[in-house]
Amino acid sequence: MTTPEIAQPRSSSRARSLKGGGRNRSGQTNFELYSWLFMRLSGLALVVLVLGHLFVNLMLGGGITALDFGFVAGKWANPLWQVWDLLMLWLAMLHGTNGLRTIINDYAEKDQTRFWLKSLLITASIVIVVLGTLVIFTFDPCLDPSSTLSVCK
Amino acid sequence: MPSKPLKLSPGTLYRGHEGMWSWVAHRITGVGIFFFLLVHVLDTALVRVSPEAYNEVIGTYKNPIVGLMEVGLVGAILFHAFNGIRLILVDFWAKGPRNQRKLMIGVGVVWVVLFVPFVIRHLTHVFGG
Repeated sequence: MTTPEIAQPRSSSRARSLKGGGRNRSGQTNFELYSWLFMRLSGLALVVLVLGHLFVNLMLGGGITALDFGFVAGKWANPLWQVWDLLMLWLAMLHGTNGLRTIINDYAEKDQTRFWLKSLLITASIVIVVLGTLVIFTFDPCLDPSSTLSVCK
Repeated sequence: MPSKPLKLSPGTLYRGHEGMWSWVAHRITGVGIFFFLLVHVLDTALVRVSPEAYNEVIGTYKNPIVGLMEVGLVGAILFHAFNGIRLILVDFWAKGPRNQRKLMIGVGVVWVVLFVPFVIRHLTHVFGG
């Protein structure tokens, strides 16, 4: 029979085993503190960004029925909405990725499982952030020369 | 651990009470919103493929089933947003913990006040009023 072992706290087990630069007196990094603070600061910004996004896209005008390529083209013709959407993309992805990281740390029991789930999470997040950023910056509503959109005239 | 009826565990302020359930709901809505966001960036990326590709995919969203899912999504976002503000207040406002019950009620009130007009407006669009 083996005695049941009590596992180390997971979120900082690696940090605990390391000593030195950038760490506090207990030998841990402040990563979890900054992560905790980031969730609150980005959360506040996201309340404004996301609720503004929902209000403009779903409440004003024709709401969901008005959403099409022309609607997106019209919005991104304005640099304000480009910056708005870019900030929202980055903050929401970082906030969501960090939230999922916490959940994986809480529920995945094996080191291997946590490693692979977090690898998958980070890979997916990088792909989505890079793709979304490229779309916002390289979008050209008038690539089609026969376009009848008002922004192309 | 077996769950006991509330009256048998008078010592806990958290377990089985609104504090715990709002934490559970915050996690569930957060995960749901995250996976929606992945799909939403992918569908929006179709504007770089062609206007037709984007309109075709967005067109498949314009039906009552997806319309009702959007109601659920917005309900989840509103809860996550204002429950998040509640926990910021509990963490940073000196009187936050003492007023935690009022803050909890506040989340419910703000949620209803914003969600009800949204549901009316959105379902009017979805069902072509």
